[in-house]
Amino acid sequence: MDNLLKIQNGIAVSRASIPELPYDQFFTTLSEFVRNDGFIVQFFAYKDESSHKLLAVLRNSELYVVGTKVGSSFQSLTRNVSEKFHMFEREIAEQFGIKPDGHPWLKMVRYHQNYSGQSDVFGNDYSHEIPGNYPYFKVEGDAIHEVAVGPVHAGIIEPGHFRFQCAGEEVLHLEIQLGYQHRGVEKMLPTVAQKRYPIICESIAGDTSIGHNLCMCQAVEALAGLSVDRGARIVRTIALELERICNHIGDLGALSGDVAFNPPAAYFGRIRGEFLNLLQVLSGNRFGKGLVRPGGTTHVMGEEQRHLLREKLTEITPEIEHVCDLLFTAHTVQARFEYTGTVAHERAKDLGLVGYAGRACNLPYDARVSFPCECYGELPANTNFVTNGDVNSRATVRREEIMHSLQLICLLIEKHEQLESAESAVHMQDHELIPDSFVVTINEGWRGEISHCLITDTKGKVQRYKIKDPSFHNWTGLAMSLRNQEISDFPLCNKSFNLSYCGFDL
Amino acid sequence: MLKIIKNKMEQGCKTSTYPKEPIALYHRYRGMPIINQDCNNDIVKQCAAICPQDAIDTADKTIDLGRCSFCGQCETIGDGAFVHFSEDFGIGAATRSDLITGGTLPALADHSKQHFKKLFGRSLQLRQVSAGGCNSCEADTNVLTTPFFDLARFGIDFVASPRHADGIHVTGPISKNMRQALMDTYNAVPSPKVVIASGCCSISGGPFHGSDEVVGDLGSLLPVDLYIPGCPPHPLTTLHALLQYFK
Repeated sequence: MDNLLKIQNGIAVSRASIPELPYDQFFTTLSEFVRNDGFIVQFFAYKDESSHKLLAVLRNSELYVVGTKVGSSFQSLTRNVSEKFHMFEREIAEQFGIKPDGHPWLKMVRYHQNYSGQSDVFGNDYSHEIPGNYPYFKVEGDAIHEVAVGPVHAGIIEPGHFRFQCAGEEVLHLEIQLGYQHRGVEKMLPTVAQKRYPIICESIAGDTSIGHNLCMCQAVEALAGLSVDRGARIVRTIALELERICNHIGDLGALSGDVAFNPPAAYFGRIRGEFLNLLQVLSGNRFGKGLVRPGGTTHVMGEEQRHLLREKLTEITPEIEHVCDLLFTAHTVQARFEYTGTVAHERAKDLGLVGYAGRACNLPYDARVSFPCECYGELPANTNFVTNGDVNSRATVRREEIMHSLQLICLLIEKHEQLESAESAVHMQDHELIPDSFVVTINEGWRGEISHCLITDTKGKVQRYKIKDPSFHNWTGLAMSLRNQEISDFPLCNKSFNLSYCGFDL
Repeated sequence: MLKIIKNKMEQGCKTSTYPKEPIALYHRYRGMPIINQDCNNDIVKQCAAICPQDAIDTADKTIDLGRCSFCGQCETIGDGAFVHFSEDFGIGAATRSDLITGGTLPALADHSKQHFKKLFGRSLQLRQVSAGGCNSCEADTNVLTTPFFDLARFGIDFVASPRHADGIHVTGPISKNMRQALMDTYNAVPSPKVVIASGCCSISGGPFHGSDEVVGDLGSLLPVDLYIPGCPPHPLTTLHALLQYFK
């Protein structure tokens, strides 16, 4: 631990203060940390002058950062220490052509040319545009068959490829290949004008517009020394909770539809819309786009908006309780939810699952509690009671979170009312950032821990912008949940995780 | 069973009466921009400078709705002197150039292809293709199937197979990694077929314009029949455009 620099969520530190260890020491430090119940928030490469460096942001009950310098390869931590490094190391290989030696499953993450012009680690020819161009893991035998799904799926959803290895109806292995949504967000951000930042960050994952954009704004606020008034903090917290509620409600409805129980699917589908409309009341957009900006919010919450929010919550809370009761007490639903798609606690911990997917496996980590920002320090935490790791647990955790978030919003509206109306709206403008600095921001988005890292150069320009959506941790969890399940349970398992394709693909 | 009945009584019928009766959106919603052509040039320049999408043309005093993400900054900065976003959600257009607007849009119904109305006016089946979309366009298209909008009552449906479809509805800036899959889907749809570009991403690359990982403009790949701007388009914008264009 002596080798690590303790940092705080959303507080900038100078780059010089980040310990840069020789790789073998970096390796042992990370190994020890992860073996002692530590988790990885970010682990990425960046180019600094002529060399490449790695940076790891770690968490237990505190946040830490540590760095190292690497050449064209480094010894893989995935092979020797923990699966938690698995996806991060593949990403480093893909983005910078730096090879993690001994990585047990070195394949591309998103299928794109690396940023550094090094020769491609995977030997891909990127003049072919298909990311599915990869030898999938195969199970062989007489009774084995393979099912390939996607990238274009049957419903109105994002693209991704799923390859099932099955024996009859039983799935032995599911391999998920993404990258179809890759838009080059990380590569693009340091090259574009700051005025584009919020628009791009709101579109990293449209269902997490508030979460991702809040991460960006907090990072810019830290690097530009901006203060945010209390009224705006409350509005931002309410917006993040509204985002959580509408997604959870939509997913509970979809889960209900997936087990062919239509009434809750219809009711929740409509109720979700009510919450999107509340975001529209706050921001003018159903996904909260255009609301959060560095320094505050573009719209203030006046008496009119408070009133509309309060009225709607009073009207709709009992409806949600009733529809939840209808869904969770139906025997046909219970029969399908329980013991389906189970991810054992130990496995979830090995993989480092976050958000409701983690909490449903009894990993109680919630960034709102561990690293509180905005108004979360003064709000009550949530507790989950069903944590068996199956679809039922993930659904129940979401139900509990909906009720908890409704309670938080009511508390926040009251707090807001006691405020003097000294608040004022902000708009996007270019901010000068502190040079040679590093900041990490963490928010508990509805799917889990979202994190953005910014590194500025000697002139205060953004040198590296690193984004991590919670889906980056959790997709492997979905693949694991399908092991030895019937293939017909895939839609149910998939919806219970409901991970982001574009948040992962960036 | 009793619970189902109780819930059904509580929920009632929530389907909107639109388009029979008009529907009013909350005043903060940003729809069709009202542009003041007499606005002072300095303010127009200020608005253009702050526009993250470079959607404002200072010489013609127009806004390109195909690029605009409707963030509303130009309204805030000029205090509404140049542009004010109205609650009018009917902003679909039949040609790309119509979207570059000085404050008016041609009536969509008059500009749709007449044979499409005849072919698809009573039944329209669409295959949705998400090609790099952030999932907000997809989500707000999906809600059209919820009881409030109930798209199926107009004979319009989203289907699973391109073989069953009359056209494609495309969202996203068309990531390079989705280009081939998009073209394959288009080719699998039997002719005559419709191509709909939904959201500023598919029209101009949207927030991702300039990225070398995206194509950025559906029109460069396929002949687009209907443009639905927005970031994302409000479900009513999509509904309005579909009804005006095909009914």
